[in-house]
Amino acid sequence: MSDTQRTVIPPPKPGKLRSFLDSDIVYSWKRQPVVILATLVTLVMFAAALFAPWIAPQNPFDPRQLDLIDAFAPPLTTSDFTGNFYLLGSDSQGRDVFSAILYGSRISLLVGFAAVLFALVLGTALGLMAGFRGGWRDALIMRIADVQLTFPSILMALLIFGVVRGFLPRSMHAEVAIIVLIVAIGLSDWVQYARAVRGATLVEKGKEYVQAARVIGLPARNILFQHILPNVMRPVLVIGTIGLALAIIAEATLSFLGVGMPATQPSLGTLIRVGQDYMFSGEWWILLFPGLALLMLALSVNLLGDWLRDVLNPKLR
Amino acid sequence: MLAFLIQRVFQAIFVMLVVALIAFSLFHYVGDPVLNMVGQEATEADRAELRARLGLDQPIPIQFFQFIANAAQFEFGISYRSARPVTDLIVERLPATLELAIISAIFAVVMGIVLGIYTALNRGNWLSNFIMTASLIGVSLPTFLIGVLLIYVFAVELGWLPAFGRGETVRLGDWWTTGLLTTSGLRSLILPAITLGLFQLTLIMRLVRAEMLEVLRADYIKFARARGLSKRVVNLRHALKNTLIPVITIIGLQLGTIIAFAIITETVFQWPGVGALFITAVRFVDIPVMAAYLIMIALVFVVINLIVDLLYYAVDPRLRVQGGAK
Amino acid sequence: MTFNKTLLATAVIGAMLASTAHAETLRWTRSADSLTMDPHSQNEGPTHSVNHQIFDTLLYQDMDVEYQPGLATDWYVHEDDPSVWVFEIREGVTFHEGQALTADDVVFSLNRARHEHADMRGLLTSIVEVRAADDFTVEVVTDGPNPLLPNNLTNLFIMSREWAEEHGVEEPQNYAAGEETHAVRNANGTGPFRVESREPDVRTVFVRNDDYWGIDHYPMEISELIFTPIESASTRVAALLSGEVDLLQETPVQDIERLAQADGIKNEQGAENRTIFLGMRMDLEVLDSADVDSNPFADRRVREAINLAVDATTIQRSVMRGNSEPAGMIAPPFVNGYSEEMDEVLPADAERAQELMNEAGYGDGFRVTLNCSNDRYVNDEQICQAVVSMLARIGITVDLIAQTRSLHFAEMAREEYDFYLLGWGVPTMDSEYVFNYLYHTKEEDRGSWNFTGYSDERVDELTVAMGQEVDEEARNEMIAEAWQIVHDEIIYIPIHHQMLTWSMRDDIDFQVQSENTPHFKYLRFNN
Repeated sequence: MSDTQRTVIPPPKPGKLRSFLDSDIVYSWKRQPVVILATLVTLVMFAAALFAPWIAPQNPFDPRQLDLIDAFAPPLTTSDFTGNFYLLGSDSQGRDVFSAILYGSRISLLVGFAAVLFALVLGTALGLMAGFRGGWRDALIMRIADVQLTFPSILMALLIFGVVRGFLPRSMHAEVAIIVLIVAIGLSDWVQYARAVRGATLVEKGKEYVQAARVIGLPARNILFQHILPNVMRPVLVIGTIGLALAIIAEATLSFLGVGMPATQPSLGTLIRVGQDYMFSGEWWILLFPGLALLMLALSVNLLGDWLRDVLNPKLR
Repeated sequence: MLAFLIQRVFQAIFVMLVVALIAFSLFHYVGDPVLNMVGQEATEADRAELRARLGLDQPIPIQFFQFIANAAQFEFGISYRSARPVTDLIVERLPATLELAIISAIFAVVMGIVLGIYTALNRGNWLSNFIMTASLIGVSLPTFLIGVLLIYVFAVELGWLPAFGRGETVRLGDWWTTGLLTTSGLRSLILPAITLGLFQLTLIMRLVRAEMLEVLRADYIKFARARGLSKRVVNLRHALKNTLIPVITIIGLQLGTIIAFAIITETVFQWPGVGALFITAVRFVDIPVMAAYLIMIALVFVVINLIVDLLYYAVDPRLRVQGGAK
Repeated sequence: MTFNKTLLATAVIGAMLASTAHAETLRWTRSADSLTMDPHSQNEGPTHSVNHQIFDTLLYQDMDVEYQPGLATDWYVHEDDPSVWVFEIREGVTFHEGQALTADDVVFSLNRARHEHADMRGLLTSIVEVRAADDFTVEVVTDGPNPLLPNNLTNLFIMSREWAEEHGVEEPQNYAAGEETHAVRNANGTGPFRVESREPDVRTVFVRNDDYWGIDHYPMEISELIFTPIESASTRVAALLSGEVDLLQETPVQDIERLAQADGIKNEQGAENRTIFLGMRMDLEVLDSADVDSNPFADRRVREAINLAVDATTIQRSVMRGNSEPAGMIAPPFVNGYSEEMDEVLPADAERAQELMNEAGYGDGFRVTLNCSNDRYVNDEQICQAVVSMLARIGITVDLIAQTRSLHFAEMAREEYDFYLLGWGVPTMDSEYVFNYLYHTKEEDRGSWNFTGYSDERVDELTVAMGQEVDEEARNEMIAEAWQIVHDEIIYIPIHHQMLTWSMRDDIDFQVQSENTPHFKYLRFNN
């Protein structure tokens, strides 16, 4: 593993900026136009989602701002009734498709990031514990992981969704939809992190510096957080990036199946589900633009993940 | 060998018990089965009677035991929605899902391995670059969107293939219906099978490629080359053989995933399988169907896992020393 | 009450023109499958549609919604007793499995449908006794004169007593308790088609009943009828466009244009016997879902404000794409008691609505939950979304819950809703049906779909009286008075009368039926 040692991201101390810019990562990034493009697209879409309230001409989640009379405006038209301009057209409720995409990506990204974070924290913690402590904890955690792996994420998410629907009163379904999505997607993904972290921890634990730290009597917590954690973060970062793309797609899929975000607060998946009804009727923009947005988002995040994996080259499956 | 086998079987049983517990909790804590089954005019006495008839007045552990005993005989009660035995519903729909899953798995595995080898051996030429990029798009497009697009292009615009359903089916034996023996059945299978298999295809292809590249760099391949063995022999006999070990694992695991992902494909194509049954059950909060589906999928996974482990064990001698980590 | 009995004459002429020897398959789709083949267990549209192909009723509404003789050749009030209806039963009719039809089977079927497990019993509450006067005459005794009784029998299918006893299905399936009986998946009717195979939710195949009593009276051109329910609207349309189905019932409104332009496909349209409206719970002290310590719906001014804020004309234009008729009353034009004046739709007026809200003391608005189905009526969820944004403008924050029809109706029946969407058809073609179900105080037998808590003595009185009054003029006055009361009180917020579109191959000659029940024995092929 000597070659990977060089590519460790140095902690961002001021004096180290120079060496970061000279590192392999930046070198590799500069050499690949596709990756540069993917980075740009990702950044633009993140920024657009983040600043949606300031960019979007309309808040599509606020029913007061929707004008039914402007329904089905084609792209690049100005409404005769309200004078509103619709860049990417409007849908059946007079919802501006451009604004809906911005707000929809906001939800998709929020769900994606939160789900990844949830899975990452849970998986890393359990993986560290399993790898470092070993013994019955390791056995227990890994058996739970096996059970968990028995269920594909989408099924897991559907189940959690079904259970929550049964538990909670109807009026709360819309309010908790987003939390349910995050937990459902996050909970179904932690195993990958746990496995990778456990593996990396086992490797690190056997290394001389950890043995040495143990011998000189450093507390386990210090060893764990100062020595082992930084070294297992690389695989976690790669899984996390690819996981983000998968989480975004999972959210879209659940919303498409009608068990995700409600139509009054559409995510990209919900927009596609609604848009599908207009596939034959001539209002192609209701389906096409959200579909393209989802594709662009997932594709550029995937490209970044792929590239990160190549650069960091951890042995991942 | 025997110890390993026993350990695995015990683990499988453990997994099934946990899943059964989840399914049982679904029954118990999500909604009130009695309320779901009697009409609103039912009196308290009617409810108590039904409760007793269903054994819901017994202590929880006994009920759980009863549940497992029933589940072991594939007895899951009556669907709240269609008022029919859940087992009948699943048995009726299982052939459709299995046929779809198996055909798309074959499609994914064959295409995946072929394309994976090709892109590994021809690294950098335009075709493999194209395949790699296309595969990334394939991974980034959600399954349902691919299905919708395929329907639009091939069914509506071109009119080549059917847009929904299974076509004509033929009954084989007591309960198996097959669409593989009629032209309309085969034509109906094409679009759903591609939709379902595409994600797995890209996964397998990328894995085969990565493994292949790694193996080709390994010392023994270099030695083999140095010994003057032909490139083809080295590539196919030595490199591919070693590539396949991890690929088997993934294929095994993916087969279960395919069955689960069939939920989406079946929804898009109105394919009359268990996945569509399940998604309807989720929307209707039809707990017996959900629980039965859950147990069925878990069983499929556990069995596949077991087989994969054993295959693995057979292929990789090192494991015989270490015991089985995946 | 005059009934059109000219059918036989016209049908015989029709039969001379048509040849019944066609071997044509028709592939038919709609969104939902029949729930059960037990003919008395459920009172639900898609279920009746399937059963009408297999079974016959004593009388039925044909494609023009005229009452036509089915298994009864004639029916009239007993000359000595106004509380008795007499039905003369058609002779020489046999069931698919060979049993001969007699008055006894009719008596058995009507009594079976009055069983407590039968959803159909709601239409038969006035019946005291059903008896066979002879082998081909049935007498139905009601608890008083009931001029509308025959209208209530158009979805009441006749079974064979012998068959039911043989298979232990003398009682209807208890659907709610999840009972499975022989009758759920097997059917033995007298109808124009027999069931060849059935996979629920997937495919049902019917074949022509060549021994049908009406084989010479109706075109009967379909030799094989294949019914495939398709849930997804776009898949349904794709299936018709790609030629995998021949007839699509309930065409999505957004696809009407496209299908009209497609080669070889045509649309048939007509008014449906169904009005869509919003209901509000007004008898509670405090609404469950509202954020105020009072019940805003109890205040007529709030109801009027909602009525003014909900812009039915824009909903018609945008959500329905013109395929609906904005409504002011819950009865379509062909129902007895309809009045143009009351069906008039006031122009939406958000300003006046806001004033009314201020007057009622809800100037700052309130929050409430609206419950909708998402797969029962044309664009039901879209209508509700439009209502949400229209009410937002007068300060009412609406949380929308849209769910599948079985959950929606079950929760509605448990009286869990404050604010809900419902659609109502009038199969009896008379206002009495509307008052009986929607406006009468909720009691054991009446007001069973009145979830508003509305209770008015005079309306109750009129409702009961109009069910028994034989004098037509007096009766119509009662109906008009009752409509005026509920119209002034704004009990419901009517949105529109639904319109129906069926799309089909253009060589098919078939028109829509306002009950949305196709009778395939009438279908012709033009080739």
